[in-house]
Amino acid sequence: MHELGIMTGVMESVEEAARNAGATKVLEIDLSVGVMTEAVEDALRFAFEALSEGTMCEGADFKINMIQPVSVCLECGNEFEHDRYHVTCSQCGSGFTQLIAGKEMQIDSIEVDIPDEDDSAEES
Amino acid sequence: MQIDMKQPILDKNDKLAKNNRELFAEKKVFVLDLLASPGSGKTSTILATIEALRDEFNIAVIEGDIASSVDSEKIKAQGIAAVQINTGGACHLESDMIRRAVDVLDLDKLDLIIIENVGNLVCPTDFDLGENMKAMILSVPEGDDKPLKYPGVFQAASAIVLNKVDTLPVFTFDKDLFYSHIANLNPQAPIFPISATSGDGVEEWANWLAEKIRAL
Repeated sequence: MHELGIMTGVMESVEEAARNAGATKVLEIDLSVGVMTEAVEDALRFAFEALSEGTMCEGADFKINMIQPVSVCLECGNEFEHDRYHVTCSQCGSGFTQLIAGKEMQIDSIEVDIPDEDDSAEES
Repeated sequence: MQIDMKQPILDKNDKLAKNNRELFAEKKVFVLDLLASPGSGKTSTILATIEALRDEFNIAVIEGDIASSVDSEKIKAQGIAAVQINTGGACHLESDMIRRAVDVLDLDKLDLIIIENVGNLVCPTDFDLGENMKAMILSVPEGDDKPLKYPGVFQAASAIVLNKVDTLPVFTFDKDLFYSHIANLNPQAPIFPISATSGDGVEEWANWLAEKIRAL
């Protein structure tokens, strides 16, 4: 529901980083998004398509790495993967568990195109 | 060329939330972010909570709504400071809105700020406001299956208030099933069955909250 707002922030950060590097075009954007967040993959893609039109990000390869949830049991120390709905320890059944992966919302990296130094020298 | 960013997507909100949290800690104010659907009885629950806690604590309320000041008027009518935030269409509150709202409150005189977030079980979940805790309200008419449909909000909450329990006889709400969903999703969260309008169960919820505020 709020993916458009989230992606607006992503695009700002990506374009700033790209411009600071002297890039004119963004070729690829890599995000990590945890399954335990409310950000929906399809809605993020839709927002990206809509927002990138006419910008330096248009046509970039938009990759989302969905992170599966992992918790650690605070009673027996068991580290276990689980789905969105079950966070109790898979080994001892305790409810005292702590999520250690699955809440990520991060821009990992971007791939940009930087014009040849000769070209930029001519421009300046 | 590849540029490593490793930048949280909600970086801007998270940084401002951290500033809020530091300010609240410095002023020794406990901040509760209350999440729920429209019509679940957020404002009634807040009013009942205020009634139970106002002898011991100085309380203010920040009301988040897409439009109108209906809710803040109700709070002010009880002699409690209230600030209305109109998001103008946005589906959740963000930390900069909270900062602007608390600037009009006298934090030195407050012990508890209750934030009534925009009625929505999805979007407010991912946004840190700098609060001490999030809690949520589900009302009986909404149905016992809501934890399966909106797991995120039930997991973000440190406590779950089940409101309108006086209507249990007329709705097909399976209380045991609801409790078992929460036991899977968020086993550490206590559940407080209440009726905000009749006052049933409010004392247990208010006592639990009071313990958290005293422990600050």
